[in-house]
Amino acid sequence: MNNVEKLNEIFVEIFSCNVSELKTEFNKDAIDGWDSVRQLTLTSAIEDTFDVLLDPEDIIACTSYNAVIDVLRKYEIEL
Amino acid sequence: MKLLRNKVALITGAGRGIGRVIAEQFAKDGAIVYVNDLQMGDMDIWTGECSKLNNTKVVPICFDVTNTVQLKQNLMTIFREEGRIDAVVNNAAIISNQKLGMVTKDLLQKMYSVNVFAVIDMLQIASRLMARTGGGCFVNIASITGVVGSPGQVAYSSSKGAIIAMTKSAAKELSSMNVRVNAVAPGIIETERFKELYESDGEKMAQRISRIALGRLGSPQDVANAVSFLASDRASYVSGHILGVDGCASI
Repeated sequence: MNNVEKLNEIFVEIFSCNVSELKTEFNKDAIDGWDSVRQLTLTSAIEDTFDVLLDPEDIIACTSYNAVIDVLRKYEIEL
Repeated sequence: MKLLRNKVALITGAGRGIGRVIAEQFAKDGAIVYVNDLQMGDMDIWTGECSKLNNTKVVPICFDVTNTVQLKQNLMTIFREEGRIDAVVNNAAIISNQKLGMVTKDLLQKMYSVNVFAVIDMLQIASRLMARTGGGCFVNIASITGVVGSPGQVAYSSSKGAIIAMTKSAAKELSSMNVRVNAVAPGIIETERFKELYESDGEKMAQRISRIALGRLGSPQDVANAVSFLASDRASYVSGHILGVDGCASI
């Protein structure tokens, strides 16, 4: 499984969505139930999967699928 | 069985004083201990001896707890080396007394940076590593001054009051991750610093001792015993608690 597939699996599990939905529009405002608790669950899963520790600013920034990709690239995760 | 057998613990500000005694007690209780301080000093010598004596691993690890980058790097180093972090003792602190009117902004910033901000940083970073392996615990070192106040210690006591409040809040917030958070609030402890004060103002200190119901000063070992208990599984149903180690004192 490559890194994109790993990331998609996290999103699918946490937001009960389909992989096909994971694009630019997949963000906090558009998705029901994307609250701070869900966001922390998301970032915890990302940390576990990619063995990183995100800064608070990066956890706060993880408000869309694309933003998560940008954050992970900052931690030198290839996507 | 030893109280902390196979637990992996990090103790901050443990190069000397009460922190060192806590580290030695953890080693006696069977823990793998990472001993943090700003500088190595004689840590490499006594940690080596402590490892041999207790047939465990006691590792000096130098970093500045107020530097988030260093904190993260060193927590990850411990986590990768040991596969988990079970306990963190937030002991590093600046202790300094000033009367109101002599409390400078610069001192306050330094004190809060170490005594408060660094502890919140530790809580929010280390708890996520603990959660990866099913949980863990924090023991924060507060002070009786944070509970009852003390003249000449507005800055210090307020930082320790913050420790007490954050301990209670963090315990509630982290309980879902099976992370316990407690604090020990020492009273008057016979440290090197206390001895210096006692030498300069013996009468005042004698008065203070007279207000300790158990009739003696506390020892660093008294504090270490309480910290070790709270870090152990014997305290597995204890969280959000501030344990006074003060001989029933009223300072």
